[in-house]
Amino acid sequence: MQNLGLEVLFKGKNMIRLLGGLWVALKISLISVAISIPLGILLGAMMTWKNPIVKAILRIYLEFIRIMPQMVLLFVFYFETTKAFGWDLSGETASIIVFILWGAAEMSDLVRGAFESIPKHQYESAEALGFTRAQTLTYIIIPQTLRRLLPLSINLITRMIKTTSLVLMIGVVEVLKVAQQIIEANRMTSPNAAFGVYLTIFIMYFLACWPISMLARYLEKKWR
Amino acid sequence: MAEDLLKIEHLVKKYEDNTILNDISFNVKQGEVIVIVGPSGCGKSTLLRCINALEPIQGGHIYLKDDEVMAGGANLAKLRQRIGMVFQSYELFPHLTVIENITLAPMKVQKRARDEVEKEAEALLKRVGLLEKKNYYPRELSGGQKQRVAIVRALCMHPEILLFDEVTAALDPEMVREVLDVIVDLAAEGKTMMIVTHEMQFAKAIADRVIFIDSGSIVEEGAPEAFFESPKTERAKKFLQTFTFEDVSKRRAAASDSISASE
Repeated sequence: MQNLGLEVLFKGKNMIRLLGGLWVALKISLISVAISIPLGILLGAMMTWKNPIVKAILRIYLEFIRIMPQMVLLFVFYFETTKAFGWDLSGETASIIVFILWGAAEMSDLVRGAFESIPKHQYESAEALGFTRAQTLTYIIIPQTLRRLLPLSINLITRMIKTTSLVLMIGVVEVLKVAQQIIEANRMTSPNAAFGVYLTIFIMYFLACWPISMLARYLEKKWR
Repeated sequence: MAEDLLKIEHLVKKYEDNTILNDISFNVKQGEVIVIVGPSGCGKSTLLRCINALEPIQGGHIYLKDDEVMAGGANLAKLRQRIGMVFQSYELFPHLTVIENITLAPMKVQKRARDEVEKEAEALLKRVGLLEKKNYYPRELSGGQKQRVAIVRALCMHPEILLFDEVTAALDPEMVREVLDVIVDLAAEGKTMMIVTHEMQFAKAIADRVIFIDSGSIVEEGAPEAFFESPKTERAKKFLQTFTFEDVSKRRAAASDSISASE
């Protein structure tokens, strides 16, 4: 069997370093998710308001964040804020800000879509039974919106975790960066190390995202 | 003489410049079964929707006993509890089981005790033959079963009047009967009802009074025998003919005559 260069993983603290890198990536995504999901729900609820000014502002925000590649957003926040305002953001902080802005924008659109997908008839049949507007929302509309939203938002969370692999571009030493360092350092002794190391990272990302995807699938089935 | 439960006075409904209902007036007595018929698009469903203010009206008044039903009125939610409505497409709440669909409004809107409401819901489900489905979700039921649940859901609020909006129009023919039987049963019990339907045989059998609406106005109104056997107006005659096939067989007979004549 060909040498996969797996031995570098057991050299020194390499495995611990990789796991440390994974933790950095997961930390960025977990903090961003924890803030951007509630923020996105709030913004999404605001998008369903009738106020045209609020609607327009949120629409512009959403489209702006969506059109910009995440990499460009990272560069803008890391480099340009220093240039423009003299902020000295760490790579991690800049990453978290960008991920919150991006996650909240995507989430708000998911919330708006799920909310608006509830047919008008559901409101009517509730109101015909004597429910007030507030009761209709509480007992009929919001529970249905949440059921539609859950699989979608879980999908968004896994996307956010995977996209953290970009933050190495602004100098954050996360799992991919650690991997590159390990491969570089062992170029002479284990020229095949790249394969083993990247395989390990593949498995790590898989283990981080797979349970979440399974949960989404389960909920989708249950709440079909 | 029974008292008037529902009074509709000079009702006008417009969508922008388009008049859907024009000067509709009639009363419904306690215990009366009114069937509303008419060609599609004549405004009969809209009329039902106006009665519980799902559609705002542009003129006239609707009274349930002495209370005026008005879109945006302060006591609208209270009034709607007294008016039961069943829709063509059932409109059960998909995230709730059958029993939850039925008990939610009595518990949350009328603040009745769960035990009492569930007992009543189960008794009603038993009556329509669906007790064993009480823990099913609407998606697991057939159309006819869903519609029977929707009727029970409306009944459980103890409404003074029930509105049925083409409740069998979305059903397969073999399911129509099971729903109509429930309605016949309610009529026998003396419930006040307004029924919009295309089932003419059913209309004839159940109605105390038939109201024929065309182009937004009441064209003819009367006892079912009189209306179906000898309609007074041309429009009603023409409408009722669309449900028979006598002239089709006549046309076929004429066609075969002319073929054999030319041979």
